[in-house]
Amino acid sequence: MSASIQGGAAAATEGVDVSASRRPRSIRQIALREPTAIAGLAIIAFFVLVALLEPILVTGDPKAKVGPIFEPPSATYPLGLDGGGANMVDLLMAGARVSLLVGFCAALVSAFIGGTVGLLAGFYGGKVDVTLMRMTDYVIVIPDIPLMIVAAALFGRSLTNIIIIIGIIYWTTTARLIRAQVLSVRERVYVKRARALGAGNGRLIFKHILPQVAPLLVANTVLLVAYAIFAETFITFLGLGDPSVISWGRLIENAFNDDAILNDAWWAIIPPGLCVTLVVLGATLFGQSLEDALNPRLRVGHLSVRRFKVRPLRGKLDAE
Amino acid sequence: MRGFDYVSKRVLFAVLTVFVAITLNFVLFRTLSGDAVSALRCRQCTQAFKEYQRQQLGLDQSKWEQYKLYLQDLAHGDMGKSLRSEQPVTHELWPPIKNTMAMVALGTAFSIVFGILVGVVCAWRRGTWADKGGLWSGLAFYSMPPQWLGLLMVLFVAGWLGLPTAGIKDPTLGILGDASWWDVFVDRMRHMILPALTLGLVLYGEYALVVRSAMLETLGEDYVLTARAKGLSNWRTVRTHGLRNALLPIVTLVALSLGFIIGGSITIEYVFSYPGIGLEVVEAIDQRDYPILQGAFLLLTLSVIGANLLADLLYFKLDPRVSG
Repeated sequence: MSASIQGGAAAATEGVDVSASRRPRSIRQIALREPTAIAGLAIIAFFVLVALLEPILVTGDPKAKVGPIFEPPSATYPLGLDGGGANMVDLLMAGARVSLLVGFCAALVSAFIGGTVGLLAGFYGGKVDVTLMRMTDYVIVIPDIPLMIVAAALFGRSLTNIIIIIGIIYWTTTARLIRAQVLSVRERVYVKRARALGAGNGRLIFKHILPQVAPLLVANTVLLVAYAIFAETFITFLGLGDPSVISWGRLIENAFNDDAILNDAWWAIIPPGLCVTLVVLGATLFGQSLEDALNPRLRVGHLSVRRFKVRPLRGKLDAE
Repeated sequence: MRGFDYVSKRVLFAVLTVFVAITLNFVLFRTLSGDAVSALRCRQCTQAFKEYQRQQLGLDQSKWEQYKLYLQDLAHGDMGKSLRSEQPVTHELWPPIKNTMAMVALGTAFSIVFGILVGVVCAWRRGTWADKGGLWSGLAFYSMPPQWLGLLMVLFVAGWLGLPTAGIKDPTLGILGDASWWDVFVDRMRHMILPALTLGLVLYGEYALVVRSAMLETLGEDYVLTARAKGLSNWRTVRTHGLRNALLPIVTLVALSLGFIIGGSITIEYVFSYPGIGLEVVEAIDQRDYPILQGAFLLLTLSVIGANLLADLLYFKLDPRVSG
C-alpha cells in the first residue's frame, strides 16, 4: 500500500508532463486510443444502429397486441410481452428511437445555448461576461429536475416541448466550460496576430476560436445526451410524457402502471431501465474520456461543481 | 475582515437568488394560457364560483399588481390555498415535507457514509480489484434511473427482506389497542428503508466516484509525500492529509446534488407511494392543483438555495485559503 501512495505522487507529476507534450489531440485519436472511450462509443453506436434499423426490423405497430398480457419470454418473443400484450423487443427498439432522439436533440439545444453564452462571455469579457455569468450562476442553483417537471406540467406533453424544456435547462455547465476555454484561447498569439491583421470579431470567433473550442463542445454534448435521456425518463415516469410515442421512460412508466410487479413480469421492467443505464453509462464513459483528454483545466481540478460531472475515469482504470 | 466580506457576499447572492427563484416561480405559473382557476379540473364548479375564486386569488388584476400581491403574501408566509382541499398551501405541504426530510436524510446519510468509504478505499488501493469493483459499482448506480432502481427493489429486495413496499404506515397498526412509540417507530423505519435505500444507492454511485477522484488528486500532492517522509502511518496519512483535504469538493458536491436528490426523491416516492413532497407534487400535477405545485416548487428551490449557502459557509470554515 505504500507503493500505491507513492505511485500516486509519481503519477501526478508524470501526468503533468504527459499533458504538456501530448495535448492538442483530435477527437478521433482519443476515440481510438482510450479503452474507456472505445467501450463507451461501442455502446452508443450499438443503440444508434438499433434505432436506425428499427423501421426495417419492426414491421407493423410495435404497440400491437400479439398475445396474452405479460406472457413470459419464449422462443418467438425473447423478452416476452408487456402489460398490453405487445412484443417487448419491438417496444424496446421503438423506444430506442425516441429516447435517443430526445437525448440528441435536447443535447444539441443545450450545447447551442451554452456554447453561445460561453463564447460571447469569454470573447467579449467585461460587462457581457459579468452579465452572462451572473445569469448562469442563478440558473445553476435552481434545482433542474423539479424545474423540468413543473415546466412539463405547465407547457405540455408533446415531444418537441419536452426536448425544448430539457434543452433550455441543461446549458449552464456547457456555458461555464466553454467560457473558460475561450478565455485561454483568446489570449493566444495567433488570435492576437489575426486581430492585428484586421480580422473582425465575427471572423475571429468563427474562424479562429470556435475551431479550437469545438472538440470540447462535442465532448460536452455527448455528456449532455446522457443527462437528457435521464431527464426524459423522469418526466415521462410522472405521466408528463408525450402520450403518442414510445420511449424507454415510457416503458418503465407502463411497467409501473400496469402492475408488472404484481404479475412478477421482470421482463417488462428490467430491459427498458437497463437500456437507459447502458446508454447513460456509454455516453458518460465516452464523453468523459474526451473531456478529460481535451480540457487542460481538468489537470488542475478533477472535479467540476455540478452533478454528473465526475471526473476521474481517464487512464485511472488502466493505471498500474 | 476577510470573514465578514465573504459571508456577506454569499448571503447577498443567496438573497438575490431567492428573488430570482420567486420571480421565476411567478412567471412560470402566470404565463399559462388560461389561469389556475380555469385549469382546475372540477365539473360541478359554476361560472360564478370560478369568478369568485379568481377575485379571491387576485387574478382579475394586472400582472404587475399580481406580482406585488404575490410577494406581499409570500412575505407573510402565505402561499395561497390548495384548489382541491381549500386548505392553505403551507398547511398542506408541512406533513409531506417532514416525511420527505426523514427519508432523504436517511438516504443521503447512507450514500455519504458508503460513498466516502468506498471512494477512499478505491483511491488508496488504486489499480487493484477493490478499486475496479468500487469504480464500476459506482458507475453502474450512477447511470441508473432512480425510479427503475426503485422498481427493482420492490421486485427483488422487498420480498426477500420482508419489507413493505408502499405507504408510510401499516393500516393495522394501533387497531388492537394503542401502539407504543417504539412500535410506531419500527413501523415507520420499515416503510422508509426501501425508498431511502434506493435514493442512497443512486447517490452512492456519484459520491463514490467523486470521493475517489478527489482522493486520488490529494494523494498525489506534495504534502502527502512529505507526510510519508515524516514517517506517519499510512492510515494517518490518508485520514488527516488525504481525506481532510479531499473533503472540500465533497461538501460542495453534496450541496449541489440536492437538486438531484429532490428530483430523484419525487420519482422514488411515487414508486413507493411514500406520502412525501414528491407524491404531493405528482398528485398536484394530476389534479392541476397549481397553488400546491407552485408552493412545492418554491420550497424545493429555497431549500436548495439554502443548502448551497450552507455549503459556501462550510467551505469557508474548512478551507482557510478561501476569501471573498
